[in-house]
Amino acid sequence: MSESLRVKSSQYIDETTRVSFKFNGTTYYGFKGDTLASALLANNVHLVGRSFKYHRPRGIMTSGSEEPNAIVQINPNTNRTEPNVRATEVEIYEGMEASSQNCWPSVNFDIGGINNFLSPLFPAGFYYKTFMWPASFWEKYEYFIRHSAGLGKSPTSKDPDIYDHRNIHCDVLVVGAGISGILAAKNAAKNNYKTLLLDEKNELGGSTIYENNESNKIDNKISSEWLKKEIEELKNIKNLEIKTRTSVAAYHQYNYLLARENLTDHLEKKDKSNKIRQRLFKIRSKKVILATGALERPMVFNNNDRPGIMLSSAIKKYSDFYGVACGSKIVFFTNNDSAYESALSLNDKGIKVEAVVDIRKQSETNLEKRVIDAGIKIYWEHAVVDTSGYKRLNNVSIMKLSNDGTSVTGNKISISCDCLGVAGGWTPAVHLYTQSGSKLAFDEDKKIFIPNKNNSDQISVGSCCGDFKLDEILKNLNEKLKDFLEITKTDFENITVNNDQEISKRNIWLLPSDKALGKTKPFVDYQNDATAKDIKLALREGFRSIEHVKRYTTTGMGTDQGKLGNMHALGIIADTAGVKMGELGTTTFRPPYTPLTFGTIVGRNVGKFFDIFRRTPMNDWHVEQKAEFENVGQWKRAWYYPINGETMHQAVQRESKAARESSGILDASTLGKIDIQGSDASEFLNRVYTNAWSKLGIGKCRYGLMLNEDGMVYDDGVTTRLGENHYLMTTTTGGAANVLGKLEDYLQTEWPELDVYLTSVTDQFATASLCGPNSKKILKKIIPDLDLSDENFPHMSFKEAKIGSVVCRIMRISFTGEQSFEINVQASYGKDLWEKCIEAGKEFNITPYGTETMHLLRAEKGFIIVGQDTDGTMTPIDLQMDWIVSKKKYDFIGKRSLYRSDTMREDRKQLVGLLTDDPKVVLEEGAQIVSELNKNPVEMLGHVTSSYFSPNLNKSIALAVVRGGKDMMGKKLFIPMEDKTINVTVSNPVFFDETNERLNA
Amino acid sequence: MFVINCPYCGERDQQEFKAGGEAHIERPKQPTELSDDEWAEYLFMRKNIKGVQYERWNHAHGCRKWFNMVRDTSNDEIKAIYKMGEKPPSI
Ligand SMILES: [Zn+2]
Repeated sequence: MSESLRVKSSQYIDETTRVSFKFNGTTYYGFKGDTLASALLANNVHLVGRSFKYHRPRGIMTSGSEEPNAIVQINPNTNRTEPNVRATEVEIYEGMEASSQNCWPSVNFDIGGINNFLSPLFPAGFYYKTFMWPASFWEKYEYFIRHSAGLGKSPTSKDPDIYDHRNIHCDVLVVGAGISGILAAKNAAKNNYKTLLLDEKNELGGSTIYENNESNKIDNKISSEWLKKEIEELKNIKNLEIKTRTSVAAYHQYNYLLARENLTDHLEKKDKSNKIRQRLFKIRSKKVILATGALERPMVFNNNDRPGIMLSSAIKKYSDFYGVACGSKIVFFTNNDSAYESALSLNDKGIKVEAVVDIRKQSETNLEKRVIDAGIKIYWEHAVVDTSGYKRLNNVSIMKLSNDGTSVTGNKISISCDCLGVAGGWTPAVHLYTQSGSKLAFDEDKKIFIPNKNNSDQISVGSCCGDFKLDEILKNLNEKLKDFLEITKTDFENITVNNDQEISKRNIWLLPSDKALGKTKPFVDYQNDATAKDIKLALREGFRSIEHVKRYTTTGMGTDQGKLGNMHALGIIADTAGVKMGELGTTTFRPPYTPLTFGTIVGRNVGKFFDIFRRTPMNDWHVEQKAEFENVGQWKRAWYYPINGETMHQAVQRESKAARESSGILDASTLGKIDIQGSDASEFLNRVYTNAWSKLGIGKCRYGLMLNEDGMVYDDGVTTRLGENHYLMTTTTGGAANVLGKLEDYLQTEWPELDVYLTSVTDQFATASLCGPNSKKILKKIIPDLDLSDENFPHMSFKEAKIGSVVCRIMRISFTGEQSFEINVQASYGKDLWEKCIEAGKEFNITPYGTETMHLLRAEKGFIIVGQDTDGTMTPIDLQMDWIVSKKKYDFIGKRSLYRSDTMREDRKQLVGLLTDDPKVVLEEGAQIVSELNKNPVEMLGHVTSSYFSPNLNKSIALAVVRGGKDMMGKKLFIPMEDKTINVTVSNPVFFDETNERLNA
Repeated sequence: MFVINCPYCGERDQQEFKAGGEAHIERPKQPTELSDDEWAEYLFMRKNIKGVQYERWNHAHGCRKWFNMVRDTSNDEIKAIYKMGEKPPSI
């Protein structure tokens, strides 16, 4: 286990704590504080994965969240495994295991690598062009693509970790704790703004904290030393909360941001348990300061993707922060000064820098002089034209660039090296900025997109707004903070800043090679293997919009979201199409900035908290009786009560017979209940129901049908007049909330003149519905002093009574066709009421029945269920319920629509009954209905909406909607099924007791 | 997600509210007098503007009051909020 690549002790790495970890099965050692990437590099491991399409060997390229290649599976085959983790972000801990993704059978021998040699067959849009035809083959293609694509594996067992959510309201949120973010947060907090400072790393200070460039000084101190003192001072500031290892995932409008705090991912396994793993912050901040920094760009040249080719800034960070040398012979390739800083820093630590290859004409700054003084050769106006080394870079070839930068000339110079640092300039990290709805502008001079028009109270400071040099960063920061925070001075007003100045600039988006473009591999998007050739091909094929080119070539569509390659893609498109980059615009940066786990997103809303259930006051009794439950809206309703191992069918047949032969009892507590009061209550009901309400006597009940303004049935239920100006409306179980909302809407916006008050009382009452020929006897036993005679208490009427001292409201209404009493008590007495009914009903074989039996019994009577027999396209006329639509009323919701030409068509689908020729055959709900079997294509007339075997009629019955069905009584129709055709006859939808004799028997 | 200044409760998170479509479409007082086309105009036709739009909103998980909002749909800037029955501000 070589650790000779540690260059010197680093204050950010705890060299006293050795950490062992496994990568692809081999045990390595690193130190506490290492990322997986820095620890691997310290062990001279560069090759960490294979590319997506060509399976080319790929190495660690960056030191941050923009990493496209070093994507690993953490702790494979455990319940804590996680795919798509960036090795450059994840911190190692004792016992951690990681493995490469996208390689099989191993990273060193990869079968998919054959794609690399077949690459002429994989141009842009290859997947679209090839696998789309014939469509039926897609499933076969998909199998192979998914197997070779290797996007990591999700865990298969339950997530053992806890996740949390936290709402935060603050005055100022600062995103990014580099030098700009630290000064911004400090000055905000000091001026009484409640401030939150977030950074994705575990250390504050960004890239300045490990800066050792002698010529970058603040108040005559090296910038890192100066910043350390500032950070020290943060500890004593009130109003300031700091969260590290916290990455902002999304920046929405109105300064609403989501951030993920990582709490245990860096801990050893034994320390992870029973702790919150990740916490999602939902942040509302009055003001937001973005100090998200800048990402270094690579450059696009032939074979720019070999292991050992890295960002110049990453090489510097590995050396200065982690104390790791990324190679023993390093070459830099640059278009700006930052590679010189990296070269000097490495040279100071004794790492051999072979040369700096610069595409610019000679530039005479202090920095370059120091590089020459260090004995490092500079090749001006040269470009790397090729590289070699399959699993690790071993050589680069450079040539002289022409004046216009489109070709190379002269002799090819070969430089042996094991690491190439590429410095293609800096791209402001404006991802969050644009997510917020703010707009960018293109800076032609710097060739970058910078913040321009803010969509909320926010500013961008530091390098994320295009300020790259320390003096301009701090000068602009000072001015911006004073303006933004409305303060007269900052605490760094009077500092003196010295740094190197950059003079020369040159930018070439696609560097030329001595070979024709078609023979080269200049990668733009490393993760998706999109090359400059692919982008040019897309343009030749006619794609112009940047969004289309992105999708066609898949540039920027990986987990890195094009953080490295987007600008090159834009530049190449602009150059090729002859347009300005500013006019081209950028692709949309969508949240999340870095991937989020599902656990973080759902937080505590897992298991029984995933979706909240409502339970009735009688629920415990149903559970004790081992009822099966079904979900109705958010309610858990008793579905049926199997005894002695009955099937559902057997239980429902038994319950249905008992309810008609003696007595049944249903828990009807879930029905929506709305208390309606006010001097205009009757008028209000007139307007919302299709029938008339003014003449309903006090103590009487009436069934009502509610329409939408388009004339379609919306809800139904029985409403009782409790007093002169007092009604109790019931709604369907699932429709309760929507009905209340709709009624409130009309009251507040259309009829504010009406004196009506609505109160939801669904949860306040429990309802037991007693039904059957013996229901009256049972009720008599419970309330002996109530006169239950048909004269005193007829069908569709209401009585208030007392069971002991408990007041109850009893409605004699029926959804089954049997005599029924719905007893309502205060919810807390619900179970007590239920048990009293059961006890009193014992001698009459009282049978609890669930929703399934209720559905069957009402179907025997042809009563509709809104939402089952209707689907938002049925008028009352379609349902053959003309009787409930008042002709006299001037208006009600939906009335005018009943007279539209379309709703008056004779051939609309209408509700009918269906009887099967073979009474034992039960139709399938949803089955299609046809009148002619031999027609091609066969004409669908409608479908079955409800279907049961009726034990009381001893035959199969069904309700259906059929085009023109009203005039088809007695007509033979067909129901073609997969294996047979069922013959049916259209019938009256009321199958049982058509004359309603049983209601008063 | 917006912060909406409910005229009855003050500033609340958007998730407490429900959008209710275009504002200032009055339900006809005498629907029976209308032709099919006129009724259809009321029933179905709604604007979907990129720019300033007058909308109805309901504080569904709060005071349950309906109110009006003027919103720029292109950037979700809320230009004005006013109670039902109040005159729309000209923007
Ligand atoms: Zn409110």
